[in-house]
Amino acid sequence: MPLLEVSNLHVRLHTHRGPAYAVRDVSFTLERGETLGLVGESGCGKSITVMALMGLLPESAQVTGSIRFDGQELTAKSDPQMCEIRGNRIGMIFQEPMTALNPVHSIGRQVAEPLRLHRGLSASAARKEAISLLDRVGIPQAARRIDAYPHQFSGGQRQRVTIAMALACGPDLLIADEPTTALDVTIQQQILELISDLVAERGMALMLISHDLGVIAQNVARMLVMYGGSVVESGPTEAVFAHRMHPYTLGLFAARPGLLSQKGRKLATIAGSVPELVDLPAGCPFAGRCRFTIPECHVTVPPPHQVEPGHHVRCIRLEAVAAEKAAPTPTLPREGREEEAA
Amino acid sequence: MSAIPVATPPLLHGPGFWKRALGHRSFVIGAVLSLLLALTALLSLLWTPYSPYEVVMAAKMLPPDSHHWLGTDPYGRDVASLILVGARASIAVGVIAVSIGLLIGTAFGLLAAARRGWVEEAIMRVADFGFAFPAILSAIMLTAVFGAGMVNAIIAIGIYNIPTFARITRASANAVWSREFVLAARACGKGPLSITMEHVLPNIASVLIVQATIRFAIAILAEAALSYLGLGTQPPQPSWGRMLSEAQTLLFQAPLLAVFPGAAIALAVLGLNLLGDGLRDIFDPRLARKR
Repeated sequence: MPLLEVSNLHVRLHTHRGPAYAVRDVSFTLERGETLGLVGESGCGKSITVMALMGLLPESAQVTGSIRFDGQELTAKSDPQMCEIRGNRIGMIFQEPMTALNPVHSIGRQVAEPLRLHRGLSASAARKEAISLLDRVGIPQAARRIDAYPHQFSGGQRQRVTIAMALACGPDLLIADEPTTALDVTIQQQILELISDLVAERGMALMLISHDLGVIAQNVARMLVMYGGSVVESGPTEAVFAHRMHPYTLGLFAARPGLLSQKGRKLATIAGSVPELVDLPAGCPFAGRCRFTIPECHVTVPPPHQVEPGHHVRCIRLEAVAAEKAAPTPTLPREGREEEAA
Repeated sequence: MSAIPVATPPLLHGPGFWKRALGHRSFVIGAVLSLLLALTALLSLLWTPYSPYEVVMAAKMLPPDSHHWLGTDPYGRDVASLILVGARASIAVGVIAVSIGLLIGTAFGLLAAARRGWVEEAIMRVADFGFAFPAILSAIMLTAVFGAGMVNAIIAIGIYNIPTFARITRASANAVWSREFVLAARACGKGPLSITMEHVLPNIASVLIVQATIRFAIAILAEAALSYLGLGTQPPQPSWGRMLSEAQTLLFQAPLLAVFPGAAIALAVLGLNLLGDGLRDIFDPRLARKR
């Protein structure tokens, strides 16, 4: 039995402009100890998906489909029941270490909180455990700094503290929502290494959300590419990187800055803008921006198509994509690819 | 009347708070005046120049001299002693009325922010209803129904404070609830009650302290006004408001009889307002960062 099994998850949010279909038909499984990446641009439904897993969506949000965690159906649980799972069985790290800690409490108290809450440890036992956790995540002189307040730490150290909080109860699943986006590049690397080490050491499953393909490539074994609330491509990270097939994934990869790209050359972009989730058109969410669109694309959301074992793509134009990829010269007439005078 | 060590907002930590506080002019003036008010009331418990209840008809309406520093009133009572003892009524009204508003209003405000939805709507509409009545008018109404007297005046002023604190608490608490550390706390499995107590309340404490100081001043004014109207503190219990109303008829013969209690009220209210303003500036993280 997989640790986490999400099937046909839909999330409908109520906005002042009407219902927004923020997550559409998302299905995936996660085994114990497995790592999974969620990649996509802002507003594609990555965060909403994990918030749905945690039961942290606003009450007005409608969640349908099934989320089975360790055999239990999470969508059927009440909020007090979810409180027993959150922080205990599932830990979460947030994007902004600057705001994810309460400024009025010492970090020791904040790390000890989940221990006292879920394990019922005494104050002194929780404090001891908090010191060893802070030590493990690399806070120097943890025993001395445990009574310091968040503003006395740097951004990278604060993110280490939030990791310690998330790990306090030894969760089976760690969800990291853009854990390094707010940090500078050198710290980013250290934090990602720490997360990878801890995941391997404790046998946790990891769900890593990022818009950074480099981060995904290094840290997860499997990945989902999300666009407009649905998973457009999924599979083992290596397979998706090597044989990416969905036009959106291709565009995402083309938009990366490269070390070898010519100076003064504009980065490739994907024409158009992200569709509003409030009035998402019928059919493939990417159809409006895709070079391969044919009228059929606007009719229904394409079903997942298996291109190789475990690698699925939701696109009905795979032959055309494959044909273009096979073409000898990759002089794609893509927006932004023209030579540019610096 | 030291409102400072009630809670531990972030800026109360470290030496920064006192450094900023002592460098802030209106805080210092306000703190000194408020302290003076508290000391006046304390002193009156131990010592007064004369008994404030002693009527000496032979010594009525004396001008200030070395025996009666502030003169005597039409009953021959020592005005300085009356002012000292009158401070007690003002402080009692301020402390109790603000506590009523703070405890009940804050509880409702926190509940509204934690539950949202119809609970929040219901609480806030009732608060709006309470707001629709002017303070003095509702106090007059309550004392008219339940009878005049200091206890009823305190309750009336306290009830009037409830919607104010409920609104301020709810607005500040909603802002805290939308912060990421609350989301992080929820992701750690904390329920609404413990988030309210451990995350929301400490973060809005500074707002509540400032508001309590300002409400304290308003309560003193309200007590004076009610006593002036004969609805508050009853004779022979001295009260600044009643001293004013008794001096009114003699305004041309003995204007000083109105000046002293008037000045006492003005100084107390000014001190508390300055203290509130000063605390607000000191707690405000934007100002803190600038300095």
